[in-house]
Order: sequence, then C-alpha cells, then structure tokens
Amino acid sequence: MTNTASSTHFIRARRGYTRRRTANAVMLVLTGLTTALALIPLFWIIGYVVYQGGQYLTPAFFTELPTPPGTEGGGVWNAIQGTILLVILAGLFALPPGLLAAFYAAYYPNTPLGIAVRFSTDVLAGVPSIVIGLFLYALVVVVQGHFSGLAGGIALAILMLPTIIRTTEEMLKLVPPSLREASLALGAPEWKTSLQVVLPAAGNGLITGFLLGLARASGETAPLLFTALGNEWFDFRSLIRSGLESGMNPLEILVRIIEQPVDSLPLTLWKYAQQPYPERIHQAWAAALVLMAFVLAVNIFARLWILFRARRMKG
Amino acid sequence: MLTLANDLSRPLPMVRTGAVPAKEEEAAEIQTLPVKIDIRGLSIFYGKFRAIAEVTMAIPAHQVTAIIGPSGCGKSTLLRALNRMTDLTPGAHAEGDVILDGENILGPGVDVVPIRQRVGMVFQRPNPFPKSIYDNVAYGPRLYGVRKRVELDGIVERSLKQAALWDEVKDKLQQSGMALSGGQQQRLCIARALAVEPSVILMDEPASALDPIATLKIEDLMQQLKSEYTMVIVTHNMQQAARVADYTAFLMIDGERAGRLIEYGPTSRIFTKPEKKETEDYVTGRFG
Repeated sequence: MTNTASSTHFIRARRGYTRRRTANAVMLVLTGLTTALALIPLFWIIGYVVYQGGQYLTPAFFTELPTPPGTEGGGVWNAIQGTILLVILAGLFALPPGLLAAFYAAYYPNTPLGIAVRFSTDVLAGVPSIVIGLFLYALVVVVQGHFSGLAGGIALAILMLPTIIRTTEEMLKLVPPSLREASLALGAPEWKTSLQVVLPAAGNGLITGFLLGLARASGETAPLLFTALGNEWFDFRSLIRSGLESGMNPLEILVRIIEQPVDSLPLTLWKYAQQPYPERIHQAWAAALVLMAFVLAVNIFARLWILFRARRMKG
Repeated sequence: MLTLANDLSRPLPMVRTGAVPAKEEEAAEIQTLPVKIDIRGLSIFYGKFRAIAEVTMAIPAHQVTAIIGPSGCGKSTLLRALNRMTDLTPGAHAEGDVILDGENILGPGVDVVPIRQRVGMVFQRPNPFPKSIYDNVAYGPRLYGVRKRVELDGIVERSLKQAALWDEVKDKLQQSGMALSGGQQQRLCIARALAVEPSVILMDEPASALDPIATLKIEDLMQQLKSEYTMVIVTHNMQQAARVADYTAFLMIDGERAGRLIEYGPTSRIFTKPEKKETEDYVTGRFG
C-alpha cells in the first residue's frame, strides 16, 4: 500500500521534471534565437556599409577637400578636420563641469542641489538633440551673427554632459569610502583627496564614460545643422597660413579657426546622401564607413585602455 | 617609561574613573607617565543620538591603550574622535574636550590637517591606495610638501622598515600596493601612517580582517612602535587586548544606548581584578 502510494508520487514528480526540462530547453532556444536576431542588424549594417563604402575609399578621400558637385575626385578632409575640432571643443567644454557636477552629486546626494543635478541630467538626456541645436542657434549663432564650430562644439558638449555626469557619478560611488578616509586621515584636504585618490581610483570608468560620450557626440547630426552648418573649404593649414601672412598671433588664429563654420562627417553624410550626383552618393557611403570605423575605434580603444589599466592596478 | 614625565603629567586616569589602583607601586608608576591625550567629558552625537556619553580618560604617552567593549558600544566613535574623523559623518558633533599635548583639538577654529598629521590612523580593513607601494607611503609626505626624490626615498625606506615590511617589498617598490597580501597591505597602511611622522597612532581593529600569523606580526609591531609612538587600539578580541595593551578601557552602552566608560586602568588589573561587575562579566566572557 505504502509502496504504491510512494511510487505514484514518484511518477508524478518525474512527469513534472520532464515538463520543466522541456520548458527549459525551449526557453534556451528562444533566448538564443532572439539574441542572434538582435545581433543581425548590427552585423548587417556594418557589412553593408563596408561593402558600399569600401570601394570608394581612396587616399584622396582622406586628404583632399571636396570638388564641385558632379565632378569626380575630391575627399572629405574638411569634414574629418571638422569632426576632430568639434569633438575636441565638446570634450573641453563638457569635461570640467561634468566632472565637478558628478563629484557634487556623488558626495552630497541627498542635498537639494545634489537631487537637482541628478534630476536635471536625466531630463537633459531626454531632450531631443535638434532642440539643443536650436537653443545654441538662438544663444550663440544669432548673437555672433554667423554659424561656427564654437556653437557646434557647445551643442555637442551639452549633449555629452548627461553621459559624463551619470557615468562619473556611478564610478565615483564605486570607489570604496575607505580610500577616501585613508587619505583624509593623513590630513589631506577634501579636494586633494578627490583629485589624487578618488579620481585615479575611478579613472578607468571615467575615461570610458568620457570616450563613449565623445563617440556618441561625434556621430550626431541634428545639433550641428543650426550651429556648425558645414563648410566645404574648411582647412586648418590654409587658415593658419593666411593668418600668419596677415600677422595674427596664435591665439587670434585659434579664435579664427573656431569661429568658422565647420563640417563634420555625419553632416557631410546627411548632405551628400540627398544630392542627385552619384559621386556624392558614393562619398556619403564612404563617409559613413569612416564615421563608423571612428566610433568603433574609440569604443575598442576605451575597452583596451580599461583592460590595460586594470591589469596594472592589480599588479 | 624612563624620562617621559613632563609638565603635561596629570593625575593617573583611574583616579578620575573612581577606581583605586590595586597596589601602591602601580599607582606610583603610573603617576610618572605623561599624558598624551586627555579626554574630558567627551560626548559624540550623531544627530540627536548620543553615541558616546561623558567619557573621561587620560591616555598615557608611549604606551598601548586598548579600547574594548561589546559591538555598538562606541569604541570606534571614541577612537575616531581622537583625530576628528568623526567630522566626516554628516550630522555628527562633539561635546567636551580632547586635549592633545595640551591643546584642545575640539576647540573652535582648530584646523584638522595638523591634528591628523600628528594623529595617524590605521583602519579595520587594509585600504592601500591603488598606487605603487612607493607612492602609497610617499603620499603623506608629498601632501606636506616633500618633493625631493632623495628625501622621499629616505622616508619611504624608514617607514617601511618601521612597519617591518621593507625586506619583503624593497625589490618591488613600484608594484601596486593592491598586489600584496592582506597582512602586508595592513603593514603598508601602517607605514603610510608613519610616513608623516605622527606622535599618536590610532588603530581601529587593525587585525580583524587578517589571519593569525599576520595578526601576530601586527601585534609585534605595536610593541615595537610604542617606544616612539603613543598607540590607541580598538579591538573586539580580548586576548589581543591582554597581549598587547598596557592600559585597557572598557566601554558599554547604557540604558539610552550611549556608550559609557565603565572602567579604565592597567590591562593586568582590568583582566585580573576588575573593579566593576560589568567589566568582570565581559572579560570572563559571560556576555558580549
């Protein structure tokens, strides 16, 4: 009697076990499939851009200014320089306030200002990038009377700010409080502790956050439409040369460079892709490839950097 | 205890806590010890909560003084008050006096930087900076403006030797401090504290995260260091207090959960002939 009861119980348990195993197998296949599905667009995009753009990549593409529409040859040297200039300006404008705000938010999280910083970075992250462009148009372009790399750099900086603040804050929170205490117990003032102990300890994360922010900003088009505008004749060397010829000092030349409207790769891509000339369409593809490679390179560099630093930290 | 008596000598601590020394000679000996830190009626509040209440005790120079007591009795709070680390807790404030070498460090307008230079601290868990061994030790001296390489080299070597770590690390000073073992890391932290030439070293359960052998090394170190420094340690481990401390203070929480000093005196007397029932219960392991 007892025997039968226990054996039916056992059989019922076995049946439940089979069902669990089946469900597990099905779910495993499903998650695997959807993961593969999610990866398809990425590789498709990369593959297609490489296929379309790769065939139009020539050395001249990197080193020459654009030729008139409808003619062969020429490159996007203007846009490459412009992208570099915009990214440098954006980094310079975004990094100091971003870092300081993050320190404040991490150290005084429950003060009114600390809460405000976090809330407003979230809101800022949600503001459409074209609105930021429009804002800078009203604030800088209209006031200055012309489009400029400066306005574009500021627009990209505002765009990067939330990424920098949030990643920095998270990274600072990960630094063990005991490190900060150890430094303060030696008599170090708070600012030296932050600069010499907390910042280096959080360094890896900060650099990644910064580079990822830069990578994102370098791919933006919308905020530049109203600010940097585009400039098919932009060339550092000729600006410096003409500046020197008219007897300007280095600072004046620098100001002149950032006062110019500039092009960027995404801006070039956006403009060229709409033009009816096949040469320009081809160059748009090539520009897409260069832009993608740049963003990818920044990402890979950021990760390699972390790997290298982390290994050195552990000794 | 040779020529340590100076004008800062005060009546021995036990007199104030109401205890009577067991022997006349013992009393006479302690009378001659100079007081390094004189704590008078010290209370520390976290907001409205009083963590320690009216602690009065005199910490003798060049001795190891242990603070023992059950968890949550305010041992660490008391220790952290001695170099104003309590300032770092938002909402904390102190009442009473902590007199270090004749100067009240809780007084108005006192700068914490020189206090923390004179009163070093070693924490419960080893917390070396993620820098090289050399930079860990040199961090403090650099803070106080030592820039010359030769000078820094000397300080680093001296501090690591004092912390009994030099022989183990002298060939890898540029390696990360994080790569050392737990016990070595803790000695590195001690070296880092010694590098700024303090006169008092506070240790907050310095061996609680270490294995027995590493613990033994730290305890040996305390004995060696007391000839040059005044040591105050917090410990959970009563055997450790009995082994290393010359003086022992026993803290316990009162009805309002505030830590109070129950008894304070030479370690041998606290452990063998305690005056108070609570002390006896605690040191014999009846509670806590």
